[in-house]
Amino acid sequence: MSFELPKLNYSYSALEPYIDAQTVEVHYSKHHQGYTNNLNNAVGGSELEGKTIEEILNGVSAQSVAVRNNGGGFYNHNLYWDVLTPGGANRPEGDLLKAIENDFGSFDQFVDNFAKAAATRFGSGWAWLVKQGDKLVVSSTPNQDNPLMDVADVQGTPVLGIDVWEHAYYLKYQNRRPEYINAFMQAVNWDIVNDYYKK
Amino acid sequence: MKFELPKLPYALDALKPIISEQTLNFHYGKHHQAYVNNLNNLVAGTEFENADLETIVKKAEGGIFNNGAQVWNHTFYFFQFAVAPKAIPEGKLLAAIEAKWESFDAFKEAFSKAAATLFGSGWAWLVKTDAGDLDIVQTSNAGNPMRDGLTPLMTCDVWEHAYYLDKQNVRPAYIADFWKIIDWKVIEERF
Repeated sequence: MSFELPKLNYSYSALEPYIDAQTVEVHYSKHHQGYTNNLNNAVGGSELEGKTIEEILNGVSAQSVAVRNNGGGFYNHNLYWDVLTPGGANRPEGDLLKAIENDFGSFDQFVDNFAKAAATRFGSGWAWLVKQGDKLVVSSTPNQDNPLMDVADVQGTPVLGIDVWEHAYYLKYQNRRPEYINAFMQAVNWDIVNDYYKK
Repeated sequence: MKFELPKLPYALDALKPIISEQTLNFHYGKHHQAYVNNLNNLVAGTEFENADLETIVKKAEGGIFNNGAQVWNHTFYFFQFAVAPKAIPEGKLLAAIEAKWESFDAFKEAFSKAAATLFGSGWAWLVKTDAGDLDIVQTSNAGNPMRDGLTPLMTCDVWEHAYYLDKQNVRPAYIADFWKIIDWKVIEERF
């Protein structure tokens, strides 16, 4: 058994004008595919074969750099494309909204915290909305690390992740990362985020 | 304003098609400039307010280090390119390269590999040690070999902003092209 690149449930142009078709194509078919291939190469024939990606990441401190980087890259991008699915609610509702208001004061305050974490991550990495038990927190990680990893400063279950590697936005936004972050927030499908929150 | 963006010794369209004018517009005009501006804002009122850039690179931490080192690294990077570069090293530098890697081609292969395999944002460097030997090192993000007592001679910026508009995900194509504009006269002088 090996890991497979999840099918994208929308066309490359479906996230326009927030994320352009060329970026989605290269990001998905080259970068995400690359992490998937490299993960399979790193796991193949090892004790990790047959484990879920979550199991592998939970114990990643004992694994090679290749497993950490490519396992993270595989998982993180799976979540990224999933939450950007077009056509969903543009704001959280129900229990997720209540939890956000409870832990951040308001949805707008959460957006500010999340955008700041994404904007200030120096170099390549991700910003996260993380579920820790019944609490929500915002964090960021370098490179392809994530909150599932036992090496992360803030550990928990990711329910929303924004990729701030330059490859996620450079073709359209170049050096203007804050514009990309703002656009990303316009394209989030909060129904899907809610599904991750309820898991 | 204490720190200033140095004027480049060539026009922004001079390195094309290796590095496009659009890439240099952003890389030099936006990224490098932003590091200069951020550094000036951050050092005001701190112990580094009157420090020179090299001291900041060696001693500072956090945002002052990140922006200061990125100013230094980018200046070092841009000033090693030329429109009509000296294509191969000679003399003492070539001898030192051959002493370490056997041949210039083997050195290029080792350096290219270091640049290709640095995961995430960062830099690959040709450095000189205290003993006068050469080595290749990688640094993440704003990292700079002077922090480890090494003397930088040449560097390849592998932040995606250095090549993404021209080469997208194909970093090895950027590295292969990088050699065509390196001016070995500059590297020999640094050595």
